Amino acid sequence: MEDTICAVATSRMVGAISIIRVSGDEALDIVSHIFKGKDLKKVASHTINYGHIVYNGEVIDEVLVSVMLKPNTYTKEDVVEINSHGGLNTTKKILEILINCGCRLAEPGEFTKRAFLNGRIDLAEAESVNDLINAKTDMARKLALNNLTGNFSKEIKRVRQKITDVMANIEVNIDYPEYNDIEVVTNDTLLPKLKEVKSDVERLINNSENSKIIKEGIDVAIVGKPNVGKSSILNRLLDEDKAIVTDIAGTTRDIVEGSISLNGFLINFIDTAGIRETEDVVEKIGVQKSREVIDNADLVIIVLNNNEKITEYEEDLIKSVPKNKRIIMVNKSDLDRKIDLEDKYILGNTVSDKGLDNLKNEIIKVLDLNNLMNKDLTYASNVRQLSLLKKALKSLEEAIKNIGGYVPIDMVEIDISDAWKHLGEITGEVYEDELLDTLFSNFCVGK
Amino acid sequence: MYDVIVVGGGHAGCEAANIAGVMGMKVLLLTMNLNNIADMPCNPSIGGTAKGVIVREIDALGGLMGVVADKSHFQIKMLNNSKGPAVRSLRAQADKRVYPKKMREALDNNKNLEIKEGLVEDLIVEDNIVKGVILDNGKKITSKCVILTTGTYLKANVLVGSENTPSGPHGEGRSNHLSDNLKKLGLNIIRLKTGTPERIKASSIDFSKCTEELGDDIYYTFSHDIKPCYKINEQQKCYLLYTNEKTHQIIREHLNESAMYGGYATGVGPRYCPSIEDKIVRFADKPRHQLFLEPESIYYDEWYLQGFSTSMPRYVQEEMVHSLKGLENAIITKYAYAIEYDAISALQINPSLENKVLENLFTAGQINGTSGYEEAAGQGLIAGINAALKLQGKEPLILKRNEAYIGVLIDDLVTKGVKDPYRMLTSRAEFRLILRHDNADLRLREIGYKIGTINKEQYERLQNKKKDIQKLKEEIKRWGINLEKDAIKFKEKNLPIPKQRINFEELLKRPEITFDFINTIHKFDYDKEVLEQVEIEVKYEGYIKKAYKEAEKLKKIEEKQIPDDIDYKLVSNLASEARQKLSEIRPKTLAQASRISGVNPSDIAILAVYLKKEYNHE
Repeated sequence: MEDTICAVATSRMVGAISIIRVSGDEALDIVSHIFKGKDLKKVASHTINYGHIVYNGEVIDEVLVSVMLKPNTYTKEDVVEINSHGGLNTTKKILEILINCGCRLAEPGEFTKRAFLNGRIDLAEAESVNDLINAKTDMARKLALNNLTGNFSKEIKRVRQKITDVMANIEVNIDYPEYNDIEVVTNDTLLPKLKEVKSDVERLINNSENSKIIKEGIDVAIVGKPNVGKSSILNRLLDEDKAIVTDIAGTTRDIVEGSISLNGFLINFIDTAGIRETEDVVEKIGVQKSREVIDNADLVIIVLNNNEKITEYEEDLIKSVPKNKRIIMVNKSDLDRKIDLEDKYILGNTVSDKGLDNLKNEIIKVLDLNNLMNKDLTYASNVRQLSLLKKALKSLEEAIKNIGGYVPIDMVEIDISDAWKHLGEITGEVYEDELLDTLFSNFCVGK
Repeated sequence: MYDVIVVGGGHAGCEAANIAGVMGMKVLLLTMNLNNIADMPCNPSIGGTAKGVIVREIDALGGLMGVVADKSHFQIKMLNNSKGPAVRSLRAQADKRVYPKKMREALDNNKNLEIKEGLVEDLIVEDNIVKGVILDNGKKITSKCVILTTGTYLKANVLVGSENTPSGPHGEGRSNHLSDNLKKLGLNIIRLKTGTPERIKASSIDFSKCTEELGDDIYYTFSHDIKPCYKINEQQKCYLLYTNEKTHQIIREHLNESAMYGGYATGVGPRYCPSIEDKIVRFADKPRHQLFLEPESIYYDEWYLQGFSTSMPRYVQEEMVHSLKGLENAIITKYAYAIEYDAISALQINPSLENKVLENLFTAGQINGTSGYEEAAGQGLIAGINAALKLQGKEPLILKRNEAYIGVLIDDLVTKGVKDPYRMLTSRAEFRLILRHDNADLRLREIGYKIGTINKEQYERLQNKKKDIQKLKEEIKRWGINLEKDAIKFKEKNLPIPKQRINFEELLKRPEITFDFINTIHKFDYDKEVLEQVEIEVKYEGYIKKAYKEAEKLKKIEEKQIPDDIDYKLVSNLASEARQKLSEIRPKTLAQASRISGVNPSDIAILAVYLKKEYNHE
């Protein structure tokens, strides 16, 4: 039996729907486990079913689920596809849940590979599959390496080494029981070590969840004088994209107004209420506040009114933001032009349907989102890393739970070694005999 | 003309010769010295962690080591009893005089087996097909297959300090030319090293200064077919003692006089079996190292000093031994030595143990780079079986990693090759939860019956055991506890009382509950082994199921054969390291390929696609 694999099957461009494909013997079991609606195990093959993804009591998304039983599927295995509402966060969350429930994130080209190996695709296509696997895997390898910033990977290795040491100690107790000079791993010695490792892993998970790439996306501030149309622009952007009402954890939670998905990236709009509501004291508080917002944002949209002369405050604002970090948007292009501006700007309005297209294109351009798109796998491999960390945590919790009861050490070690393997998969540095090397270098045994 | 000639009468050779005979082959076992059949040149014990399970597997497949060990030991222990069912393993102190005698008796009972003295120095080979052996006197003996189980005898050199003597273990002869001739025939030769500690005269030891090491008070047997051969209270004692600072000082002072540190040795020694000087150097901060005194035989006045293997000159050994508490006046009857020997590259061996370069040549034991009696015997058994199967025109027996430790052992050898002598450890078996001491017969006896190494009576006993296991599993579901009546039993043993009426299966799942306890509530009248099996299977069901599921996943790529004629140069997109390793090792299945270090999952994917395309592989 092969692993059941999952991945986002649609391109992650801005779009209302994204499809998460699950393929393998356990596809139906796993999806029905998190699906509330009809019993997917009883529905006819090749049907689409309405319901919700529910995990740990929390409703994650309203979805349509297609159930396709083998052999008439793309991979010739059971395939279940979840049509989600495409918000980046939601899709990612569902993917994570699937992985937690026993799916493995598909390797690049793996669905196609299975389709081929199971005889679905004809032989002529073999070479291209071959190339695909190769090319994408190389890229995945490179990206996996790049993704692991020095510190993260060092940290994983450090935590993992702690587990290696514990395991080597357990193993040496097992393989050399007659050596009573060697510290025998007991529940009392094991528990504090495992708890330490567990809190290390928890910290790593928290860090990852807070990390910009995974969770926060790109922060954009819309600033400008009162009544230039900041809120209308924001609302329009949010409305158009069926904004995700975020529940982003961490420091930015309170000030994110709303997020949209642009070219597959999460764009967070930072609340600039502070500036808005201090009309009379713009000079004083406003400058200070906007300074703060500007410093924290990845991109600043300065909104001006087409129908008004530019003010001193606005000129200061423009000067205060570096060119590569700002977009000047002249709003209300539907009204008469009174503004006089030397800097490069874009024109738009919130009245017509396409009034904000220029702005969106400019955001894509300034943030270089099209090129970022090519690093598509960054996202996947981070989901992968995060889910592996979570799996490691789960195994450690299981091991900790079993210690102290009557569960023999050999069984406890199964969960410890699962955690160890998951962490090893993150850095990709599992080499043969790693454990034995540690065992023989840490302990003195032999005839 | 013989069907099979086995060269070497050690643990590998005995099993190979016997089993081929059992399978109806006409077998000749050639040994340099008829008195050295099944000799135990190193430690006086059989079994140990993982190794004990190998002995059970040998027995389950119809081999001799288990029965012979049962008939010849004087102390037995079940190791790791408390650490979990998967790592339990038997270890016995075997009598060095009785073991070879009992083995010889068993071999003499084999009607198809002849044993002769003779030193083999070359093979008869035509077109890379082996057709017999050539003795040192030039005499040729022909056969359809040859199994080499030469142990440490190929160009062996015994090292004591700066002395380097061409010799086999304890002054035996050695084979001077066989390894050179194998090299000429295309085999790659490597040089390995091992060692053995001093033997001490019993009457010169002050045992009162050492700690007693006793056997168990429950008696298990290695063999599935034998009852205990003596009373459990008749076991012999071993003793524990320690090195001290004085010992360490002597070793440090004379370090450069040892064969190893003086640069007199060239072979690669086993890292799991370091000499005492290695231990002092590598673990400089340890104030003491543990040693054991084990009797070699109840008929000899000689004890084995486990843990003290060294290649120091004799006068230093005297000082070292005399520095130990209890051995101040010890008389050394045999000095410790290191021994270097030639072995062949395991990467040139097929998983069947037939050679890749020379057809009809099989090898087993130390010549393949392993260490240990049990590892040798396990391979000998498989080599013997596969030589016979080949002559019968049948597919070879290749045990999978999830079927037997012997499978793990051979797969490791032929897939990863050997750098230092290979010892089996439980850590090497990723499926050790399935590869248990208690289920060796359930795993392997049917295979043995199918190939003709297990007889009908043994087979029927297994079928009855299986039926009983099934029956008991159903019964514990049917019966349950009576809360009112049974609560007292829980209280007596200080066990938590279940809150509601549950059946015995559910009760058994609780980690603190044993079948022994359940039998005080409700008597399940079954054989000890049946109760044990059900207890383990029920209690650890979750873990065991997970392991089987993992094994099941492997099955698919395990079944994908790679054709022998594959040209890896034609497989485009393989990483160059993978291409080189695959070309060298030539794995038989996709699963074996995936275990080669340097072959990545993407290489396996590419290979799978290539196989499908070129061979329309299903």
